[in-house]
Amino acid sequence: MVPLSYYLLLSGILFVCGVLGFLIKRNIITIFMSIELMLNGVNLSFVAFAAHWHALSGQVFVFFVMVVAAAEAAVGLAIIIAVYRTRETLNVDQVNLLKL
Amino acid sequence: MQTMFHLILFLFFGAICVAGAINLLVQSHPINSALSLIAVMASLAAEYLLLGAEFVAAVQVIVYAGAIMVLFLITIMLLNAGAEERTKGSQVAILLGIPGVLIGGVLVAWTLLSPYSTTQSVAIGALWGDPKSIARLLFHDFLLPFEVTSVLILIAIMGAVVLASRQRAVASAARKDAG
Repeated sequence: MVPLSYYLLLSGILFVCGVLGFLIKRNIITIFMSIELMLNGVNLSFVAFAAHWHALSGQVFVFFVMVVAAAEAAVGLAIIIAVYRTRETLNVDQVNLLKL
Repeated sequence: MQTMFHLILFLFFGAICVAGAINLLVQSHPINSALSLIAVMASLAAEYLLLGAEFVAAVQVIVYAGAIMVLFLITIMLLNAGAEERTKGSQVAILLGIPGVLIGGVLVAWTLLSPYSTTQSVAIGALWGDPKSIARLLFHDFLLPFEVTSVLILIAIMGAVVLASRQRAVASAARKDAG
């Protein structure tokens, strides 16, 4: 028996690492990976609560999160490729204009 | 004895998770960050198995550690992304971001671990997350959201193709030449 709070703590640590990466990273791809890390942390708390309350719908929500993450990754990486084509950089500090 | 073993497994994979997440932050090259994110996702799948969610664990490995991370790696290699360079903006982000995030993390940990919170234990195999019961939920109770996500995926695919296609850039360049 592992207490629920341990799972929530692990999920919180992953989420905080994701937030930290989102704030301090300058590479646009790494920022994107930090968002995936945050989504994973939330997924872990979904599954832990599903096991805690004996409700399977928590696991179904994990699938929906995964679907949204997959859609987000596909569109986001396409945007990154488009940004790189026009600006030739991946540093978010240099991407500060909407129109060139 | 089994409880002890469960706790040891939880701590082992949890340590890999946290180490991978921190490695993602520390590494400066995106390829290394992506590989440590794969380690995080794989050990999260093991955590799901410990919670009795077999199908979620399988999907985690196939979709997250497989499909999404391959997409990331292909993009990194396609764009030939090098190590990130530090600028003035990143210094400000580090100065403001690390203390703020640490305060938030300590608050969350304190709330979760304080003796007043009524969190109980999660038993191994307490929930039958087998594909049959998941599918029954997904195709009966959550049928409408499930169908809506298929539309979402379709739109995302079309959006990705339109955004990443070279066609538009070539067309605008041709227009510029003509005009």
